[in-house]
Amino acid sequence: MPQPGRGAQAARVAIDCTGLRFRWHAAGAEVLDIPSFRVVAGERVFLCGPSGSGKSTLLGLIGGVLEPAAGELQVLDTDIPALSPAARDRFRADHIGFIFQQFNLLPYLGVVDNVLLGTRFSPRRSERLGRNAVAEARRCLAALGLADESQLTSPVTSLSVGQQQRVAAARALLGRPELVIADEPTSSLDADVRAAFLQLLFDECAEAGATLLFVSHDPSLQAGFDRVVELPNINRAGQRS
Amino acid sequence: MTPLPGLAARSLWNRRVSVGLTALALAISVALLIGVEQVRKAARASFTQTISGTDLIVGARTSPVQLLLYSVFHIGYASNAVSWDSYEAVAGSGLVAWTVPIALGDSHRGFRVMGTTRDLFEHYRYARTRELRFAAGVPFDGVYEAVLGAEVAAALGYRTGSEIVISHGLDDTGFLEHGDKPFRVVGVLERTGTPLDRSVLIPLQGIEAIHVDWQQGRPPTPGERVAADEALARDLTPDSITAFLVGLKSRAATFRLQRAINDYPDEALTAILPGVALAELWTVLGVVEDVLFVVAGFVVVAGILGMVATLLTSLNERRREMAILRAVGARPAHVFGLFLMEAGLIGIVGAAAGFVVIEAVLWLGADAIGRHAGIHLLAPAPGWREAAIAALVVGASLLAGLLPAWQAYRRSLADGLLVRT
Repeated sequence: MPQPGRGAQAARVAIDCTGLRFRWHAAGAEVLDIPSFRVVAGERVFLCGPSGSGKSTLLGLIGGVLEPAAGELQVLDTDIPALSPAARDRFRADHIGFIFQQFNLLPYLGVVDNVLLGTRFSPRRSERLGRNAVAEARRCLAALGLADESQLTSPVTSLSVGQQQRVAAARALLGRPELVIADEPTSSLDADVRAAFLQLLFDECAEAGATLLFVSHDPSLQAGFDRVVELPNINRAGQRS
Repeated sequence: MTPLPGLAARSLWNRRVSVGLTALALAISVALLIGVEQVRKAARASFTQTISGTDLIVGARTSPVQLLLYSVFHIGYASNAVSWDSYEAVAGSGLVAWTVPIALGDSHRGFRVMGTTRDLFEHYRYARTRELRFAAGVPFDGVYEAVLGAEVAAALGYRTGSEIVISHGLDDTGFLEHGDKPFRVVGVLERTGTPLDRSVLIPLQGIEAIHVDWQQGRPPTPGERVAADEALARDLTPDSITAFLVGLKSRAATFRLQRAINDYPDEALTAILPGVALAELWTVLGVVEDVLFVVAGFVVVAGILGMVATLLTSLNERRREMAILRAVGARPAHVFGLFLMEAGLIGIVGAAAGFVVIEAVLWLGADAIGRHAGIHLLAPAPGWREAAIAALVVGASLLAGLLPAWQAYRRSLADGLLVRT
């Protein structure tokens, strides 16, 4: 049983998979076969598993860019596979913030514009910010330790990897999406930067009331999470192989 | 609120060197195409207005194009002459305002000599309304005076006061020279871009004077010779001329007089409308301009293919960008639109830049082109054809952009949030 999350949203379920199966090709082997996986709203879940265990595939399913072969998948009480591809894209824009391993930023946008990119495809998120979008983006960046004007105006490619990841985190959090999915966001960071980044991420998710699904192959990061889920333990496809 | 145009513009700006070169290639091709179009329009206008303000050209019975070729362009030979009596009969008609007789057949160092009257300087018009103007000197007055076309003066280094000797016939063999009756240059014309630039103009009486002692096309024997000043005492009215230009009091009478001349009972004559004959001749030469236009069109196609290649090449290095856009909620259709817009923007920038470049070149270079090539860019203002070319290039860029856009669409659909490399 999942531990209860914190705060007022504890009753809601952020992610709920039942009998979820996925394969890349109709004739291919199953990559995922997850009888049950739930994340309660507000929870900080560490999803752990070696490379190739299907972590990124699961994120693709939750994000709505992949379609399951079978099973149910509810994200924020929404039946994702039932949505049209366009509605899934809209849902992702409105409700989920993503942070990837590295190269999270568009090299041709400035720092603030990269953060605002999180709202560009989501009328809902930009509506939530109203006319204060730029101010809110700067507040987010400042909270993540990027307040220096020279940092904000320099090209994103000139930032350190750690700074880039913090910009990516600001983008994922801008407009308060209910769910933040981080896919190995710290693997390109040094150990000390890594811990600081994690703490910032925790703080900001708590501040935004966002559920955090953090994916990594590195079990040493699991301190501070509400719950650790080993993907091979919930994925029967992984156990068979 | 779609962020795509801004993203497309900034993405292109980020890759401005490679994109700039691509757009430059497109711009050059567009400039070439519009340039060819502008120049051919101007060349056509310039050519068909080699002679303007003249209502009829009259010569011995021949085809209109041939009459035009030898009387105006000084190409080929007149098979027959027009008798002075016929000329006077037409010139005396009540419909005729002025005439300019033309006598050809001699040359000076490869340039044709044209016997005419001072009326030429008054009535000859080219490029619609331009008059002949003198770069130096004045029209000829005396029998042994000559006016040179600009190219003759430039090529042979003559100026007013130079003495020239006319050769008999059109071959520059130097065997049969009218060395006993030299001509003095009294005027040099400004460049016109017409065959007059390559002509030596002398009075009709001068043509008559240098042949006064010749016997049926044979040079005089020493005993038969008539000295230059003696010749002046003779009647120097020619028996015949090669052709003549006619200006009418009223243009409405053009066809009536043309018919009358063509049906002239005493001599087989042909009267042509220069504009009509010039247009007819141009349709023959026009094939060349069509070929040029097609070649320029292919250069544009090459430019657009270059752009497609650039966009396709960038696809791989931009997979991460696609994934980021997808993660923040962009649909594959957005990615498609982004690439299509980039192609369209390159097309717009290329077409606009090419347009500006060629207009600037034509505008700045119009004078020089007029002076050196004889093509007067009468209509350098771009017309709907140029606008259509620009629109077509942008349209073709968009069409060609469908390929990289489709590729990007498929990849972003397959890659989703991951970049599997």
